[in-house]
Amino acid sequence: MDNVIPVALLVALTVYLIWTIPNFASLGNLSDTSRQLGEFGLVVIGMTIVMLGGGIDLSVGSSFALANLTALALINVAKWPLEAAIAATVGVGALVGLVNGFLIGFLRLRAFLTTLVMMTLLRAIFELLLRHYSVRIASSDVDSDAWNFIGSGSILGAPVSFVVLVVVATVAHVVLSRLRIGWRITAVGGSRRAAYNAGIPVRATVCLTYVISGVLTSFAGTLYAARLSGAGPDTGLGLELSAVTAALLGGNSIGGGRGSVGKALMGAIIVSLLTNGLVRLGLESGASSMVVGFVLLLAIAIDVRWGKWRHKLRARVYVSPTYLALPPAPRLDEVSSPFAINDRLRDVDIIGLGEVDGPEDVILDEDDNLYCSVRQGEIIRFLAPDHTRREVYAHVGGRPLGMAFDRDGGLVVCIAGMGLYRVDKDRTVHKMTAETNRSAFSIIDDSRMRLADDLDIAPDGKVYFSEATIRYGFEEWVVDALEGRGNGRILRYDPAAGATRTVVRNLLFANGMCMAHDCKSLLFAETWGCRVSRYWLEGPKAGTTEVVIPDLPGYPDNINRGSNGAYWVALAGTRTPSYDLAMTMPAFRRRMARRVAGDEWLFPNVNVGCVVHFDGKGRVLETLWDSAGENHPAITSMREHRGYLYLGGVTNNRIGRIKIDGADPHWTGPSSYWGDRR
Amino acid sequence: MLGRIRSLAVSQEKIVLLIAVVLFVGFSVFLKGFLSSGNLVTLVRGVAILGILGVGMAIVVIGRGIDLTIVAIYAMSAAWTLQLASLGVSIPAALALGFLLALAAGVINGVLIAYLEIPALFCTLGMASLVYGFVHYALVPLQVVYLPASLNAISWIGGGFVFGAPTPILFFALISFLGFVFLRFTKPGRFIYAIGDNVLAARISGAPVRPIIVLQYGLSASIAYLAGMITATAVSSMNTNVTNSSLVADVILVVVLGGVGLSGGRGGVRNVIVGTLLIGILLNGMTIMNIEYTLQNVIRSLILLAAIVIDSIVNPRDEQTAQQGDI
Repeated sequence: MDNVIPVALLVALTVYLIWTIPNFASLGNLSDTSRQLGEFGLVVIGMTIVMLGGGIDLSVGSSFALANLTALALINVAKWPLEAAIAATVGVGALVGLVNGFLIGFLRLRAFLTTLVMMTLLRAIFELLLRHYSVRIASSDVDSDAWNFIGSGSILGAPVSFVVLVVVATVAHVVLSRLRIGWRITAVGGSRRAAYNAGIPVRATVCLTYVISGVLTSFAGTLYAARLSGAGPDTGLGLELSAVTAALLGGNSIGGGRGSVGKALMGAIIVSLLTNGLVRLGLESGASSMVVGFVLLLAIAIDVRWGKWRHKLRARVYVSPTYLALPPAPRLDEVSSPFAINDRLRDVDIIGLGEVDGPEDVILDEDDNLYCSVRQGEIIRFLAPDHTRREVYAHVGGRPLGMAFDRDGGLVVCIAGMGLYRVDKDRTVHKMTAETNRSAFSIIDDSRMRLADDLDIAPDGKVYFSEATIRYGFEEWVVDALEGRGNGRILRYDPAAGATRTVVRNLLFANGMCMAHDCKSLLFAETWGCRVSRYWLEGPKAGTTEVVIPDLPGYPDNINRGSNGAYWVALAGTRTPSYDLAMTMPAFRRRMARRVAGDEWLFPNVNVGCVVHFDGKGRVLETLWDSAGENHPAITSMREHRGYLYLGGVTNNRIGRIKIDGADPHWTGPSSYWGDRR
Repeated sequence: MLGRIRSLAVSQEKIVLLIAVVLFVGFSVFLKGFLSSGNLVTLVRGVAILGILGVGMAIVVIGRGIDLTIVAIYAMSAAWTLQLASLGVSIPAALALGFLLALAAGVINGVLIAYLEIPALFCTLGMASLVYGFVHYALVPLQVVYLPASLNAISWIGGGFVFGAPTPILFFALISFLGFVFLRFTKPGRFIYAIGDNVLAARISGAPVRPIIVLQYGLSASIAYLAGMITATAVSSMNTNVTNSSLVADVILVVVLGGVGLSGGRGGVRNVIVGTLLIGILLNGMTIMNIEYTLQNVIRSLILLAAIVIDSIVNPRDEQTAQQGDI
């Protein structure tokens, strides 16, 4: 998106110039233009690197002039060998950059003023030296083929300076986009404080950008010296303005953090075409300054306004609600209904009250220890037998959500914002996967996982896990609810191959995942679709999905196995007629998203939920509610373990436990999956 | 901590004053002819323009802006006035049009900075190039414009004497006084300090931040036009190439050297006068010592560099109110 304006400008300008100026596209003119572009482009790349790091270098014009003079004085007058002279010239540029970098990076002066002062200082030094050397430079003659080749030679038809530019640009691009130092520069420019907190040596990085700029500028000055073999008071005058204009026009941002070598080159080409075109159009002296000044203002205005508007623009365009008609919700107030409200959760035992912050999922191992994933990015373990002693089992970071034990007793965790991770029995944390195959025609990059939600593990070790939505992060779940669009998907990670593939797409907030008891199919919940479905892994219907419970009275979250071949699903909230109605009115929701502040939106109710017990055919056996809302109204997860049901909630400060009548008192999750190992 | 910084800020002005006095005494003792009344008048007169521009710059800098357009406006609006007069336009019309050009440039600066929120440094840098280029392209084709005979009636502005004092010095005194009264005793003047100190707090407190910013740049442009006419009538010409010289850096120099913090909200006209006098003494002394002009430039730049280093130590940037991209 950032590149659209400069590219359009470049194309329009080129067409206009070719149209109005005869011979503009001729080989001779192009060669001249590209030779000058070679010098200018180097300066712009230097400027871009400085700007990327959050600074600006106005001393480039004077530094360029000084380098030009140094090169000429050393080669023409002092008769140094070419290599030594060029090295010394670049050394002078590096020194200038080091002074800039020391003042701005280490003494933390303001970049703009410091380099402005350096500009006048270097210009004054340049004029001082020019008075002593100009005549001697003009009267001496250099007889060096290499020097002439640099100034007027060509490699494969391209001027030397242009070839140099291409090489430098390629290297700079690789450094900026692929190497650590480039990332550091971008990070410092993006946010100094965050970069500092991340342990980046901010001051040295800032200093380095000015040294790079000084080196590139002095190199450009050397090329200029080779081309023109002369220096005058107006050498490099106004170069800093053109360079800043080019860098900004290409789409590099003031204040740093956003920019690239490609943008720098694009800006450099536009500005050099423009100035070249103005000269060839025969406009008078002031026109060039006027146009450069105007273009600079225009480029900054676009940059500033684009920076301010892009988020608003994105918010307007990005949220796109769709039509979603849910089947009628079952009644909750009829005693005959399996969903009838009751207060069976009133008498839950409370574990870890106030000691856990949002245990989204709970799980128990075969030694009866209780694990939960909490908001601080930790897996908390309550130790058997009474679950009163608490410890941090592992710090995984992100927002850990669903969990499952694998065959070796390792705990596999879905972490929102990070992906799929595994905590080994020795508590070391490993990344399993964080990316999948990218869809062919998706505009947003869906290869990264934004919101891995819940998982389950097949007997062959393959991990099936859900990503609730590919369009939003964990904190923005409500916007996804507003969209009501199939943004979720099921992914499969194959640890043997180390590969991740997308298995099912376009799910309405794919959430709970559970292997059926026979391991031939996978049950999964679609939260905004208020339904539980089945994905067949083998058998005649392999690869297809079918709905198991189409009309839940609420928003299903995690699904887990229970004893006696049954399953449990947690409803994170109950459906309301108003929200169900709103889901059939996408235009209404779009207006709401655009015109109403986020905290005034119509929300799905996630305050009161329940636990639903159902069998393998989708028949609801019973429902557990807390009608008074005293102990456990909100539930996102539950696990059956030795005749008890353990309850977790994404916003709760406790874990609940309740005895289940008629449950197998010896049944545990791990033994159901992996057999009894004891 | 705050108290310590305050006292340091005061002491910077005192240090500069002290250096000025030491230099003055030193030059008086060691340089023949320095202390003559004729030389002292020359000294102040030589920096009067710098001082007037400095007052304009200070108004903007105190409001946490900067005006790099000031020299372009100074040169180009005065040059256009001369050009118009030589084309036969009447004196009042020529003056009015030149002033309107300056004011327009200043107001455009202000609007771009206040309403489009373009950083002042970039905006005024681009405007300097635009103003210079536009006037050259469309209004004044020559590099140097001479004072036409028709303008002899106003040549007293820069070339006259009142009670033996050259008018540039008197104008410097007048502008300093008006600037002092404006900044110290008027409501917009106090708002400028408030904006310079903390623009968000000023906005929340109800200060009309955006109009005041436009006012700042309008004022500095107007002062620049006055300075331009003084120069033009004093030397009977206006060299537009001065736009490309280091004059703008010198204007910043007198402001910063005197102790007007570049982070805004601190300092006043008195600081500008102190800074101007120090530069005047230095330049005058160096000229008497027969140091060549280019070397003088190097020395001045080094002093400016030292001044902003000291400024950043004495008035450290406020990390709380500093904006991302505020460079």
